[in-house]
Amino acid sequence: MTQMSSPMAEQLVGKGAARAIRRRQSFGTNRRPSWRTYLVLTIVLLISVYPLYFTFLLASSDAATIARNPIPSLVPGPNFLDNVQRVLASDIKLWQALGNSVIVAVVTSLSVVFFSTLAGFAFSKLRFRGRNGLLVFVVATMAVPTQLGIVPLFIVMSKLGWIGQLQAVIVPGLVTAFGVFWMTQYLREALPFELIEAARVDGASMIRTFWSVALPAARPAASMLALFTFVGSWTNFFWPFIVLGSTNPTLPVSLQLLQASYFKDYSLIMAGVVVATVPLIIMFAFAGKQLVAGIMQGAVKG
Amino acid sequence: MSNLTGRQRLSRLEVKLSPYLYVSPFFIVFAIVGLFPLLYTAWVSVHQWHLIGGQGEMIGLGNYTAVLEQPNFWKSLRNTFSIFLLSSVPQVIAAIVIAYFLDTNIRAKTFWRMGVLLPYVVAPVAVSMIFAKIFADQSGAANALLALVGLDPIAWHGSAFWSHVAIATMVNFRWTGYNALIFLAAMQAIPREIYEAAIVDGASRWKTFFSVTVPMLRPTIIFVVITSTIGGLQIFDEPRMFDTMGTGGSDKQWMTLTMYIYELGWGAQKSFGRAAAVSWILFLIIIVVGAINFLITRRIASSDAKGARR
Repeated sequence: MTQMSSPMAEQLVGKGAARAIRRRQSFGTNRRPSWRTYLVLTIVLLISVYPLYFTFLLASSDAATIARNPIPSLVPGPNFLDNVQRVLASDIKLWQALGNSVIVAVVTSLSVVFFSTLAGFAFSKLRFRGRNGLLVFVVATMAVPTQLGIVPLFIVMSKLGWIGQLQAVIVPGLVTAFGVFWMTQYLREALPFELIEAARVDGASMIRTFWSVALPAARPAASMLALFTFVGSWTNFFWPFIVLGSTNPTLPVSLQLLQASYFKDYSLIMAGVVVATVPLIIMFAFAGKQLVAGIMQGAVKG
Repeated sequence: MSNLTGRQRLSRLEVKLSPYLYVSPFFIVFAIVGLFPLLYTAWVSVHQWHLIGGQGEMIGLGNYTAVLEQPNFWKSLRNTFSIFLLSSVPQVIAAIVIAYFLDTNIRAKTFWRMGVLLPYVVAPVAVSMIFAKIFADQSGAANALLALVGLDPIAWHGSAFWSHVAIATMVNFRWTGYNALIFLAAMQAIPREIYEAAIVDGASRWKTFFSVTVPMLRPTIIFVVITSTIGGLQIFDEPRMFDTMGTGGSDKQWMTLTMYIYELGWGAQKSFGRAAAVSWILFLIIIVVGAINFLITRRIASSDAKGARR
């Protein structure tokens, strides 16, 4: 530690100099870090990016080249579009899976946002008997490993005749404890009571107040919740794998079929991985900033 | 009440009932897809119950004793814990270290933060397919890299331990950056004066890290460890996709408990009763491990804090 901390400077060289030093360094808050920090972060970044680039390299190559070079050359091969076309035309129903994944992810995101905001509005702003107890219950259910209820859930779905139907995946995800808790926390601070009272005095019904006052106020947190729900739904495998099967798959389920049927030709397998992954990477390019902010806000509040 | 108009009475009823109506969707969905299945699992687990044939006679704890006698149960229990330890412990440590470097006044903060989060948007199934190729025994990049530096190839699929390392690597790839951002948020909430005080006292950078930063992260560490326990002990996607068969290896060397539940219920045996029994056993294990984690993490972190105060 060769740097001087500002309280030390204040004693040694006076207040003005101390302020100047504080501006410049104040333990890392203003001072630029050394190259070593950038080196470490660059290595971390390479570790998170290389496997994805590796996938693209293989998807643009062909089976023989991949067999010859376990570590692919950093220059992509010429076959990327060709491989993508071939895998889309194959019998693993990738187009159908893409459509199914979009439907499931969009419907669950909208539904989770709507019902969570509705419940969050009630928990944060309305007075009712048993409110605190119910909210504690919601939080407690987040720790329940509901995946372990799959046997009865499967029995229920087969009684309903929903095996192989998208609603078997959509309905269990219509609203989540995390979403309710998240929106409650947000609305508690973001929605002033005065706004609700003003709407009520103007004669708005409760649901009207929710629609025109609470929902707009909830927008920043709601869009983050929609993003997390979308990612969660898009990447979900276990339950869709069991209940949908190969007849009506979502993307992860059809990737599993792809691996099982084409396990010799890695260029096609990886082309399939690219098809399933690129939509979320594009979304990440536009909304990654919000995901980062969402995780960091959730960590402080939760 | 009598001098209220009908409209006012209606409005009063609306104020009373609406909150319950608004919170009800969550409770209805949870009751149907969360609570009921979990309780009903207990009912199924004490019956003979076939995937297609349906409910048979009640056999008490027969399913439990049957699975406890199967060596595959104990193997998958061992594998689950081994993979869980190999993924959670290095992951939490790496996430804290990455967060420490992100918690500096670097240029382009958002760029670096998004960079570490990128793997999170890749589905576990896709991650597993990518790493299954990297860790392929004959043609994998990992063994080729080892050969380059003159080391013997590793039997990533043959050896139980190394298959667990490979599977844990997939989990760590996807979640380390996510957890790093959680730790970063917690670090930013630590008042800077505490660091300044530590520097005035002459503490080195590492000393500051271990006796100020880590103890101050205690609630966050507990949070991350508990959530990764609940998720980690139910691991399915990565080991299921580690080879093309999806049965956990020739000797079940990487079969996990959730894979075992799947195999009992939907595999050759088609025994929902036994699958339900293992579900309940895993449920109890998660509760017990979660509680132990909570106690251990609290103790470790608080003894650090005491050390710092001394």
